Amino acid sequence: MSENNTRVIVITSGKGGVGKTTTTANIGVALANMGEKVALIDADIGLRNLDLALGLENRIVYDIVDVVEGRAKLRQAMIKHKQSQNLALLPAAQTRDKSAVNPAQMRQLIEEIRAEGYTYIIIDCPAGIEQGFRNATAGATEAIVVTNPEMSSVRDADRIIGLLEAQDLRNPYLIVNRLRPKMVKSQDMLAVEDVQEVLGSNVKLLGIIPEDEVIITSTNKGEPASATEGSLAGQAYRNIARRLRGEEVPFLDLEERSGFFTRLKGLFGNKK
Amino acid sequence: MPSLLDRLFGRVEKPAHTAKSRLKLVLMHDRADIPAPMMEEMRKEIIAVLSKYVVIDLEHLDVGIERAEGGVALVASIPIVRVNAEH
Ligand SMILES: Nc1ncnc2c1ncn2[C@@H]1O[C@H](COP(=O)(O)OP(=O)(O)OP(=O)(O)O)[C@@H](O)[C@H]1O
Ligand SMILES: [Mg+2]
Repeated sequence: MSENNTRVIVITSGKGGVGKTTTTANIGVALANMGEKVALIDADIGLRNLDLALGLENRIVYDIVDVVEGRAKLRQAMIKHKQSQNLALLPAAQTRDKSAVNPAQMRQLIEEIRAEGYTYIIIDCPAGIEQGFRNATAGATEAIVVTNPEMSSVRDADRIIGLLEAQDLRNPYLIVNRLRPKMVKSQDMLAVEDVQEVLGSNVKLLGIIPEDEVIITSTNKGEPASATEGSLAGQAYRNIARRLRGEEVPFLDLEERSGFFTRLKGLFGNKK
Repeated sequence: MPSLLDRLFGRVEKPAHTAKSRLKLVLMHDRADIPAPMMEEMRKEIIAVLSKYVVIDLEHLDVGIERAEGGVALVASIPIVRVNAEH
């Protein structure tokens, strides 16, 4: 199908607001900083967000619909990231809706981006299972399902896994986002193993991202957490990028870093 | 509500555990959610196969998905009028 080894990965979830855009931005930056040539596509047409996560919102001239409808060349629409030179974004249109692009056009677009020599094309999928989902998955050859350790999010993830299968995107990767180690320890929140058990063995765990304030502050700054050292979530995203590149990286012990104070409490045998 | 004793001895099911068992059940149901047209087709084929051997009371025939204890089952209640003499 392809002339080179570009990996085309869609990041999806079914349920909204679980962290698809955050994940796309963080993995994209991490991969680019590791030397990969990365193109990110914001497929959430009408609800453009990936530009904000990357701090590129002021540099948009053309968008994905302009390219599809022939008003702009692909190269004119792709925005190069300032810090991460290897990273480029194809922004979503903000004033159109999902029907402005169809799956065949998406496939065509991805072939065009592929020909530019990118090693990774990562697609930020909109929430839902309708046309936006079909567009975002059309040209992908791999899928990452993002879920939160929470009932409705896991249920929707299961639905999405079924729909991905129907599109021949089998054995998707799984990212569990917004995990709270303390709540897992007290058995108030589903553990990653629970989520895996429920979703079945056809998903491969790719990473675990803790609930982390850094995600909010870094989104506010337009600098994905994975771009800088010092945060647990950023580290977790960098590990995901390394795993995607085939490296064997152990999962972070999120528990251990839950703070000096809790460990101290543990030391004195605090009962709860 | 769990009793005080239950709570004292930690016999209350933890929220994570409740969530997991509820999820397992609902997913079994979701996964076996057969679309109506497919269900209809399946029903017709079941009738066709059985009609080779028996005459079925189509009025009172009932085929559906039911949530059973161990999982999800396809349950069919097929009243038979008599054995098909032509067989
Ligand atoms: N690990 C995390 N810790 C803290 N906050 C997080 C984390 N992950 C995501 N968030 C926050 O959750 C919100 C939703 O995230 P995001 O926009 O990435 O989700 P999404 O799946 O792309 O949503 P949509 O379905 O609307 O496109 C954001 O405000 C983000 O900052
Ligand atoms: Mg999003």
